[in-house]
Amino acid sequence: MSNPIAAPRPFPAAAHDKLADRQLRANLHRATHTIRDKRLRVVAELPDWQRLREAASALKADAKSRLPELLTQFEAAATAAGATVHWARDAAEACAVVADLVRSAGATEVVKVKSMATQEIGLNEALEAAGIAATETDLAELIVQLAEDTPSHILVPAIHYNRTQIRDLFRTRMAGAPADLTDDPPALAEAARRHLRAKFLSATVGISGANFAVAETGSLVVVESEGNGRMCLTLPQTLISVVGIEKVVPTFRDLEVFLQLLPRSSTGERMNPYTSIWTGVTPGDGPENVHIVLVDNGRTTTLADPVGRQALHCIRCSACLNVCPVYERVGGHAYGSVYPGPIGAILSPQLTGEGFNRTLPYASTLCGACYDACPVRINIPEVLVHLRQTGPHPRAERAGMRAMSWLMSDRRRYAAALRAARRGAAPLRLVARRAAKRRGSVPSEGDQRETVRRLPWPLSAWTASRDAPLPAGPTFREWWEKEHGRS
Amino acid sequence: MGAREVILDRIRAALGPSPIRVEVPREYRTGGVPDVDLFVDRLVDYRAAVRRCGPNDLAAAVAEALADTRVLAVPPGLPGEWLTAYHGEVVRDGDPRPLSVADLDAPGVTALTGCAVAIAETGTLVLDAGPDQGRRVLTLVPDHHVCVVHAGQIAAGVPDALARLADPTRPLTFVSGPSATSDIELDRVEGVHGPRRLEVIVVEPSGP
Ligand code: SF4
Repeated sequence: MSNPIAAPRPFPAAAHDKLADRQLRANLHRATHTIRDKRLRVVAELPDWQRLREAASALKADAKSRLPELLTQFEAAATAAGATVHWARDAAEACAVVADLVRSAGATEVVKVKSMATQEIGLNEALEAAGIAATETDLAELIVQLAEDTPSHILVPAIHYNRTQIRDLFRTRMAGAPADLTDDPPALAEAARRHLRAKFLSATVGISGANFAVAETGSLVVVESEGNGRMCLTLPQTLISVVGIEKVVPTFRDLEVFLQLLPRSSTGERMNPYTSIWTGVTPGDGPENVHIVLVDNGRTTTLADPVGRQALHCIRCSACLNVCPVYERVGGHAYGSVYPGPIGAILSPQLTGEGFNRTLPYASTLCGACYDACPVRINIPEVLVHLRQTGPHPRAERAGMRAMSWLMSDRRRYAAALRAARRGAAPLRLVARRAAKRRGSVPSEGDQRETVRRLPWPLSAWTASRDAPLPAGPTFREWWEKEHGRS
Repeated sequence: MGAREVILDRIRAALGPSPIRVEVPREYRTGGVPDVDLFVDRLVDYRAAVRRCGPNDLAAAVAEALADTRVLAVPPGLPGEWLTAYHGEVVRDGDPRPLSVADLDAPGVTALTGCAVAIAETGTLVLDAGPDQGRRVLTLVPDHHVCVVHAGQIAAGVPDALARLADPTRPLTFVSGPSATSDIELDRVEGVHGPRRLEVIVVEPSGP
């Protein structure tokens, strides 16, 4: 089984392919800009937004510093309320615990609420191997599952599909979809409702994640929109929730901060349609068997890095994805992990440890938009730079940096290299100018800096892992020497 | 050593011998005067239907909201005086037996409940399974949910609403508008798995 948080290919190669997909880029552009505008509007409504962010950041840091105490407190409270708490060191152990629980409940089918933790541990694949069919009930997850695709966004896993593509998918792959289904979003939602209704009403086991776990009360919180979460949390007799150990917050009161920050940052709404909070078992109301699986899977190694550990504060709102210029252009799949975008670039390599995801900390321009947007104030650029400095450098990057430092340490050598680059790139500049003329437009500020993918030796080492701007005409120094002779 | 001890040991090792203590600044707003108009405005924004009435017109407002209801499902402790103007069929959960999912899934079923507290700033109803709200399934499976909110139950913001809850370990459901999805091009579409229609009756002491 492939690891859902370890990229199978280096980011530059994957990104290169995605950039060529025009439909993908159009869908992403539209979706990320819609959500950005909505987010800004509702964030502006709260005069104390920055104070909420400060509180959230401190709350998460406080929780981290008292994690053993809070986890055992959570365990005791949840157990007293009738839940059974399990612990899992890694993905394989977590999957085995869940599969055993499903088996002992006598079920071969489960309904699932969208959860990053279960994606991270590859639960659906593990259940399938154990002969258990898992149905994703979130609309976007259903789209992705029908398409036999993988999610490309934390919050809107099918963000790379537009309505027409979704309609075609439903028509061809969803049992019972009307033949004359239109691409009107309400019609699409109605078709999904009918398709899933029977599953909800007959399921005996539900599986969820949790957005927060409250140490004080032993409660779990699920934030959602469609009501599929409520169905999975309420109707089955057995409920299994897979929860990362970093999800714990100290007190019930602390939710007053996160329940303001999360919906506004994620869907750009004042509040999401449904939030469910439950504590163990309530006789007569909801599942009789409640299980909680607390998962490490790389979190404790991340915690050991004093700079990198802030990645564990993430509440998975996905605001950083929506504002990221790199994400907007390449989409989530290029990151090769269930955690894409800026948070993925710092979380995936830390969770997997050395040897995986080496190129991900380079998947960013360090523009800082993610830091500004992050409701829990994770300094993503700081962690990116830290990981670039401490992590193993990708091979091409290492060669590029070594070549540049050799060139730049000698003025003559550097000038000669620039001249070579200019000569090599001259035909390209001509092509670029012609292309701009053909477009019939005065090139805008951004377009004017035409780039080149490959420069001649020795600068080729630099362009092996990045495009370079087309070299300028003569430098000032060269012009001066020509006009005035060598001084 | 079991997984539990291993993980707790790993955390202790990662944090080192003396983890830094962090003070949490709570300088955000925690109170304020609840604004009923704002609450109504937020609800309408989610495309919930809103009726405002005085205490004496509550029964009439309920009957109006239930005009196209075939069967009305209510929790065990729903006040009888809310129903004095409604003449359709009423089934009460737990009386004589708990309603089944099939009962609630039948066409034309409406659930009528109260709420524990409401939030003006976000247009949210908070249900805590109290006597006039009942089990969670009651407000989940039917296609239509009508909820009565007394003006005094409305808190200004999220912090004061949470503080008002009597017991946070009861099953809690925060409802903000009808069920919706933003999964198709990030457009909000109402009506997926929860009730597709949400109607809120706001009762104000001096009438609307
Ligand atoms: S890093 Fe911050 S902005 Fe990004 S998903 Fe996590 S909480 Fe949201």
